[in-house]
Amino acid sequence: MSEMIETDVVIIGAGPVGLFAVFELGLLDLKCHLIDILDKPGGQCAELYPEKPIYDIPAWPEISGQGLTDRLLEQIAPFNPEFHYNRMVAGLEKQADGSFIVTTDEDEKFHCKVVVIAAGGGSFQPKRPPVPTIEEYEGKSVFYSVRRMEEFRDQDILIVGGGDSALDWSLALQPIAKSLTLVHRRDAFRGAPDSVKKMKALVEEGKMNFSLGQMTGLEGEGGQLSKVNLKNADGEFSVDATRLLPFFGLTMKLGPIADWGLNLEENLIPVDTEKFATSEPGIFAIGDINTYPGKLKLILSGFHEAALMAHAAKAIVNPDEKVVFQYTTSSTNLQKKLNVK
Amino acid sequence: MKINVVDHKGAHHELEAPEGYRVMEVIRDYDVGIKAECGGACACATCHVYVDKEWFDKIPEPTDEEIDMLDEAFGVEDNSRLSCQILTDDSIDGITVYLAPGTEPEEKTGDRAA
Repeated sequence: MSEMIETDVVIIGAGPVGLFAVFELGLLDLKCHLIDILDKPGGQCAELYPEKPIYDIPAWPEISGQGLTDRLLEQIAPFNPEFHYNRMVAGLEKQADGSFIVTTDEDEKFHCKVVVIAAGGGSFQPKRPPVPTIEEYEGKSVFYSVRRMEEFRDQDILIVGGGDSALDWSLALQPIAKSLTLVHRRDAFRGAPDSVKKMKALVEEGKMNFSLGQMTGLEGEGGQLSKVNLKNADGEFSVDATRLLPFFGLTMKLGPIADWGLNLEENLIPVDTEKFATSEPGIFAIGDINTYPGKLKLILSGFHEAALMAHAAKAIVNPDEKVVFQYTTSSTNLQKKLNVK
Repeated sequence: MKINVVDHKGAHHELEAPEGYRVMEVIRDYDVGIKAECGGACACATCHVYVDKEWFDKIPEPTDEEIDMLDEAFGVEDNSRLSCQILTDDSIDGITVYLAPGTEPEEKTGDRAA
């Protein structure tokens, strides 16, 4: 277990709303650490639609998901937020003094006075194909990522998908596999053309197989896969496989947040509209993950929520400090924090 | 105008649809039960539907982007479409679509008050 990281605030989720919360909390001198399951900031904006234009960000008639993320990172840079990517928050424990210890699945520990849940639609996780009994094989024969190549050595590997993950792992695992088959629904790929070329060359040389098809069923025993049943336009067929890697992109799941004893309404966290506080003192929820009468799931709503939340968080972290409301335009104090020269 | 939606359990819903929306938005608005998690950006494939064969050829063809995105859907058939890419207008009045597997909303954690 690593050393305890001390901070004022832990923000769960580094999407646009989590990022802007750093700004509002920073103006009030609160230090933030952000935890996100993705390998980069921006949440849905960066993962699902980095190139797509957004038209309802105030003062930006049109901005892309990645553009918005980049501007936010620039805006919060003066506050030196610390990012922890590729991690899921695993646990949250309230301490006797009202503070929290937050742990991640990478065994980090954070000690903080305030937790801000800005987790949007939940954590991004690989899509599970709706094939019967697939759960029984997960972690033994069915994997959604490759953590240890050795798990795949001398195995009959079946990879399903047509994007970069499917192609890249076909190329990477082929040399150590007993056999490797790539299955995709069509003979066109979203992945890099160069990878497609390399994959086709391996097929040509007889070093791997490619089949058109979609999965219909799995066969095996005790979590050990032996065969995958598939179908395509020509009919049904099967491929002997002891390892299966399905790559169908990501989906969002609420995850461990459901287990923290917070009030929940249809997988959303109810909050008040004065502080955006949850049912647990010291835990706030902002952005798409919260709900209240009249809630609109808009990025701009999350920005507003972040500002009000920040003032409530300040009162928890520094209860004796009097906060004088200030504007960034006129306050030399705030401008100093923003490194305005 | 109306659209007909057959949900994951086979129940039939006839929905009054305003024109100029996306079929996904109408299904979502009536709470029929569709994940549609990217909100209509053609970026997640969780609004995948099968279009009734009689109707399939009558709606505008999918873009390359939509065809690519169908790679992340499950059980893709010749009549598969992403319902966020089908606009509601007079020409599809009476269309029937079937919600595809893999587009079910996340199971709800039981509502609770601590």
